[in-house]
Amino acid sequence: MTRRLPRKDAVIVGLGWTGSIMALELARSGLDVVAIERGPWRDTATDFNIGTAPDELRYAVRHDIFLRTRQETLTMRNNSSQTALPIRRWGSFLPGNGVGGAGSHWNGQTWRFLPDDFRLRSHMVERYGEGIMPEGHQIQDWPMSYDELEPFYDKFEYVAGISGKAGNIKGQVQPGGNPFEGARERDYPTPPMKQGYSQELFTKAAKEMGLHPFPRPSANLSAAYTNPYGCSMAPCTYCGFCERFGCSNYSKSSPQTCVLPALVREPNFEARTECEVTKVQLSRDGKTATGVVYVDANGEEWEQPADLVLLCAYGLFNVRLMLLSGIGKPYDASTGEGVVGRNYAYQTGSGATAFFDNVNFNPFAAAGSLGAALDDYNSDNFDHGPHGFVGGASITNAYTNGRPIQYRPTPRGTPNWGSAWKKAVRETYQRVTNVGAQGSVMSYRANYLDLDPTYKDQLGRPLMRMTFDFQPNEIKMANWMAERCEAIAKAMGAKTTQINRLNTPWNVVPYQSTHNTGGTVAGTDPKTSVLNRYLQSWDVPNVFVMGASTFPQNAGYNPTGTVGALTYWALDAIQKKYLKSPGALVQQ
Amino acid sequence: MHTDDRSAMRAKFAPPTEAPRHSGVSRRSLLATAALLITTSGATAKVVTKVLPWRPNEAYPVTPVVPGGWLFFTADEAAVVDAIVDRLIPADELGPGAKESGVTTFIDRQLTGPYGGHDWLYMTGPFPANPLPTQGLQSPLTPRQQYRQGLAALAAYCKANFGGRGFVDLSADEKDKLLAGMEKGDIKFEGFASRMLFNAVHANTMEGFFADPIYGGNKDMAGWKLIGFPGVRYDFRDVIDNPNKPYTLPPVSLQGQPAWGVR
Ligand SMILES: Cc1cc2nc3c(=O)[nH]c(=O)nc-3n(C[C@H](O)[C@H](O)[C@H](O)COP(=O)(O)OP(=O)(O)OC[C@H]3O[C@@H](n4cnc5c(N)ncnc54)[C@H](O)[C@@H]3O)c2cc1C
Ligand code: SF4
Repeated sequence: MTRRLPRKDAVIVGLGWTGSIMALELARSGLDVVAIERGPWRDTATDFNIGTAPDELRYAVRHDIFLRTRQETLTMRNNSSQTALPIRRWGSFLPGNGVGGAGSHWNGQTWRFLPDDFRLRSHMVERYGEGIMPEGHQIQDWPMSYDELEPFYDKFEYVAGISGKAGNIKGQVQPGGNPFEGARERDYPTPPMKQGYSQELFTKAAKEMGLHPFPRPSANLSAAYTNPYGCSMAPCTYCGFCERFGCSNYSKSSPQTCVLPALVREPNFEARTECEVTKVQLSRDGKTATGVVYVDANGEEWEQPADLVLLCAYGLFNVRLMLLSGIGKPYDASTGEGVVGRNYAYQTGSGATAFFDNVNFNPFAAAGSLGAALDDYNSDNFDHGPHGFVGGASITNAYTNGRPIQYRPTPRGTPNWGSAWKKAVRETYQRVTNVGAQGSVMSYRANYLDLDPTYKDQLGRPLMRMTFDFQPNEIKMANWMAERCEAIAKAMGAKTTQINRLNTPWNVVPYQSTHNTGGTVAGTDPKTSVLNRYLQSWDVPNVFVMGASTFPQNAGYNPTGTVGALTYWALDAIQKKYLKSPGALVQQ
Repeated sequence: MHTDDRSAMRAKFAPPTEAPRHSGVSRRSLLATAALLITTSGATAKVVTKVLPWRPNEAYPVTPVVPGGWLFFTADEAAVVDAIVDRLIPADELGPGAKESGVTTFIDRQLTGPYGGHDWLYMTGPFPANPLPTQGLQSPLTPRQQYRQGLAALAAYCKANFGGRGFVDLSADEKDKLLAGMEKGDIKFEGFASRMLFNAVHANTMEGFFADPIYGGNKDMAGWKLIGFPGVRYDFRDVIDNPNKPYTLPPVSLQGQPAWGVR
């Protein structure tokens, strides 16, 4: 029997980056807010303690703080002629669970997308003509511009304390920053991180090649910092236990370090943890959400009525909740009709590994976002005319960790065990570095999310099914990028290099990135988008959706800077317009 | 949740034939995964309002493995695993190998914990016979079952093909050839994929040799010393300030070491 709880003004599903920002701001707007989070409470002092945090086996290999597939997973296949099977052990991507979400165990590489990324379709067609667009694509412009988002990027960066060097302040290019970035109002709140020896070589080589390297913007803080919410952070110690771990040092921006300490003080905020939202409850006519239904740790079901429903459950799970709740028309790949689940996209990874003689790279002195990057080959910063592909990649030389269960590269052809392996591991560890290209993935008719016909979760609800593969456009792009990376690696003085091309078909086993985008895309046309420009559902206007599921296609960067900016952008519309006059903010 | 709930979990996830003798599952790890799996009476949601719900020692520490005896393996199985890991990472002029570093103890203890039963994984069928290689893990066998059945199949294979000798009796060269064949999948065991056994032991050996010694392997931080990984020192600002300099301090583990005092 479902028991009904007293009504709240707003219910938030998930307490990661987007959910905690929403909760704090809405509580401060005077709303009675409840956040429902499926995992446990987690904060730095109690859960990411110095005596337990740096444990590679527990966190990085056994996935102690990630979502466990037994609780929720999805099925996958490379194309719609195959039978999808459950992802039983996470590999390619690693969803979060618990307060802080994936924001507890992310790396902290915090980017803004480029102005062209927001009007990719229009821009490419204007510059190159329709002919450049890849077969089967569904590339579309974003419903908001870079300039509109700029103040909100700024807001997120100042909440997170991002360490970096501006490349363009109010249209003036700044030495040492990224000259390709969109104009920003002011510099980052904290200076860039210090770089290691390998990045010195990369920066020098890239400059000599006429490229424009700069320190990667980072949520691993270079200096002590107190954010606008009054939350304090400490300088990063380059401990190398960053991605897949909580930071015990209050140095990595996360919901725990940047938002929760302020949030829990709000008297009209309440968090209910270890409760899984199973669906958004709709009114009889399906046009209004009346609240959410959730199941607590005892398996008991509750209804939480609320006037405003915010899906902040991470991109993939937002899509599943929309599908399970019947909000918006599901995408049908055979007809191309419907929108929920449409335009799922991911990211490419390619590059080159470089082996040196007589160096000490000390790869263990690392941080999630320590690295030097360049954007010369990202988005449309270079002439795509001769290459025949759309999209680009950020290119980076970085040390995120030297933790030896997972990081002990050896040259190709080295045996996997025995004395020869042992010798190679020992010789290579200090002398290897990588130049990597993280590339965009466009949206295609063939790549999408829907509900699986066979596999069910603990509660008997269908798992979500992912149908995805890299398309020829992405393969061409990523492999061209790999050659650029190898050229830089050679110029750095590597004794030998190995090129890493994009491996297809897409495979769930090796970690690639938790940069899953699309599925509840924002746009200007309800026929090709689930949400309007304020991330409000076209069909059920008291539902808003936060996260990378709103991206029409993916860019050559990590998503969270943009996810954070979009959250503040939507909040601004909710606070200034929606709360004054609830209803659709954009007329269809 | 208290001990009773833990035994309930064990009962639920571990078939009696392979019941772990110690669970390695702590309160917090259950909460992280099992919201929907456990039925207990009492409180429903954890409600947080107005203050951080801080409780001392919430960040449950790992219980250090105490070497000695076997909790999952039989003595015979343990001897074979010892012999395999000894070939995978042999002791040589570069230092101790997997066997000396306690890797078999590491594997034994891992198999008795949640990892050994795939307790945290989605293990609902159907399990199709021919999954795509891109679909990853699709076997219904838990690591405990992989070791138990795989080692039995290896024993039968050796008996039939090496004149009644067991794996431990083979020469180093014979062992290496057999392992290489298992790695490629060329060796056919009766009723078990030889490659699955190889992959399980290989992956767990690398984990045990390089994981924190708190888990029973990597004794004296031999794995870390081999490559020059300084362990959990947690502050390398001086390394960043001194690029391209060799790092000379000895490694430190989660349990601390006399080396803590050196810096
Ligand atoms: C290993 C790793 C490294 C990463 N590195 C980077 C990086 O360097 N740079 C970058 O930009 N991004 C990175 N990311 C991605 C980044 O973490 C995400 O973009 C970001 O956390 C998304 O925020 P979110 O609020 O949308 O989702 P999350 O932070 O994932 O929060 C969602 C929350 O909702 C909860 N939830 C889900 N479903 C339900 C439900 N049904 N009921 C109740 N609660 C629910 C989840 O438990 C979770 O706490 C990384 C991610 C991972 C996993
Ligand atoms: S590298 Fe820095 S930010 Fe990352 S966990 Fe260590 S101290 Fe924290």
